Amino acid sequence: MSQEPTTGDFARFFKPGRVHRQLYTDPAIFELEMERIFSAAWIYVGHESQVKKPGDYFSSLIGRRPVVMTRDTDGTVRVIHNQCAHRGALVVATEHGNAPEFTCCYHGWTYHLDGRLKAVPLNHGYPRDFDLSNPKMAMQPIARVTNYRGFVFASLASDGPSLEESLGHMTTSLDDMIDRAPDGEIEAAGGVFKHAYDGNWKVYFENLCDAAHPLFAHRSSIEASQAQSDDVHSDGSGEIAIRQMRQNGAPYSFWESQVGIWTYPNGHSYLGDYHDDSKLVAALKDPVFRDYIAALEKKKGKAETKRILEVRRWNSNIYPNVSLMSQFQQLRVVHPIAVNRTVVHTYNFRLKGAPEQMFRNTISFANIVNGTGSLVLTDDLEIYNRIDMGLSSEGAEWLQIGRGYQSDLPDQHGGRKGVNSTSEVYIRNMLDAWQGYMSNGHAAPVRAAS
Amino acid sequence: MAKKRKPKTSLPSPRRSAPPRSRATRATPLSLDLHRCEQFLQQEARLLDEGKFGDWLALFTADAWYWVPSEPGQDNPHDTVSLIYDDRRLLETRVRRLASPRMYSQEPRSRTSRMVGSVTIEDTDRTGVTLRSKFLMIEYRRNSQRLFGGTALHRLVMAGGAIRIAWKRVDLVNCDAPLDGITQPF
Repeated sequence: MSQEPTTGDFARFFKPGRVHRQLYTDPAIFELEMERIFSAAWIYVGHESQVKKPGDYFSSLIGRRPVVMTRDTDGTVRVIHNQCAHRGALVVATEHGNAPEFTCCYHGWTYHLDGRLKAVPLNHGYPRDFDLSNPKMAMQPIARVTNYRGFVFASLASDGPSLEESLGHMTTSLDDMIDRAPDGEIEAAGGVFKHAYDGNWKVYFENLCDAAHPLFAHRSSIEASQAQSDDVHSDGSGEIAIRQMRQNGAPYSFWESQVGIWTYPNGHSYLGDYHDDSKLVAALKDPVFRDYIAALEKKKGKAETKRILEVRRWNSNIYPNVSLMSQFQQLRVVHPIAVNRTVVHTYNFRLKGAPEQMFRNTISFANIVNGTGSLVLTDDLEIYNRIDMGLSSEGAEWLQIGRGYQSDLPDQHGGRKGVNSTSEVYIRNMLDAWQGYMSNGHAAPVRAAS
Repeated sequence: MAKKRKPKTSLPSPRRSAPPRSRATRATPLSLDLHRCEQFLQQEARLLDEGKFGDWLALFTADAWYWVPSEPGQDNPHDTVSLIYDDRRLLETRVRRLASPRMYSQEPRSRTSRMVGSVTIEDTDRTGVTLRSKFLMIEYRRNSQRLFGGTALHRLVMAGGAIRIAWKRVDLVNCDAPLDGITQPF
């Protein structure tokens, strides 16, 4: 089967517990995804702490469209297209910084921080109706921008469900990120990883809650860490890395029964926590974590602290472009580049009011879990590459996504929970959203087959 | 409009216990003259090219660290993420994994070819020397070739009559670029 993707019913790419491989290989489908998913859905752009002061800016992408998040003089966080209204050139060429205004390098058109045109050199030569205040003569604002407790999302669609409606129960994962800060505030800090692979963007999301792969795919690092002597010198960072890698070696029985996988409307999902090493970064016997709990209890009280620490999630995936690890202060943004090329940016957050060593532990954790040279992530990147190479074969036309099929359990917050932690319910759930966006321009499921 | 960055320091101090540098004690250990240092770096590069990672590990001191920053001019490996930051314990684990037949990101294996040059002694005292060198590394794996280049800093000390690496920092020219997975030490 290889069909013209722009017409007809997208349901033809699905069978019970199966998806057609064309979804991951067809450039025409990728183009449509950019149009129908990334131009409609709420896309995570950045965190407001990346633009702390008026004039601060941060360049990002919505799908493949360059945008700039700015802090305006009145303190408002805005997201505008990074494009000059004159000849269409990229205006902001650096990743982040501070500027009193934006100036296009071509003819010097200059814009206010909110994108309105401020001045044009040689302006007498333009047509008589040329007007600086014409809203079309601007770095165009993104249709809808919503700041959810510091997390800035934008949608290119002028109407549709609000961000909160779209997130639903997943707001609790964003809340968890912030609630863990004793002072109730977080800030992006510690740099960024940008890792890349030759494969489709969906493949990345379809691995993040996959509890069946670590024991096999990561066994080189599991075995190397298990064989490591703890008597060898460590400044603390290696110890964190090695404990994390050993934890990936939890037996299948543990992965299967102890973790949990939850999914929610619009493609969102999260995997429960799988850490039972009492000395891991976020574990009670870690002395830094104990100091942190004391700081949390002082600000929030014992009951609220207990509630916060009982929220234990591994990856929370907010479809289609952001995944966060609230327990470990990590956030990953997926940038689709081409049907077979993806770049993922990983950020870290500092919990304000927490011991400084806590943030350093976050950095050590990031290096081993999300680092470009990580002993773990490099095997995931290899898998994404191999999926792309393998998909060019026509041998297996229909890919299996059927683990746990038709055995999902209802969730009290309107979602469905996998019958066990290795269920592929979260992949089917994302593909339901995919089908909704591609067919109707919104994520509402068009079938209830899975 | 470019973001202002703190001026680069030529020498890193990522570690709280970094050896003090004193201008008063500039005597280079006799065995660590420039020629010998250059030979050492060539030998190190050769071990890596030949995939003798265990022998490479043996060049490091018992409390060494190996660091590949993610940002140009990065101050330290504790407050900012790094492409690689291994203390001795993690470096051992990294090298053990490199020998594993189950390291799928090395199936097939990479082949590398390194050029090391422009070696200068940046600092010297009674315990050792700090070297600065330039390198190029070609990595070939599965139909594609990548080119890495940059500056390496080595802290070399004498231990038990042999030269050992107390720390090594590798600044890639493109450290802040989107990069496919890195498995080969530089």
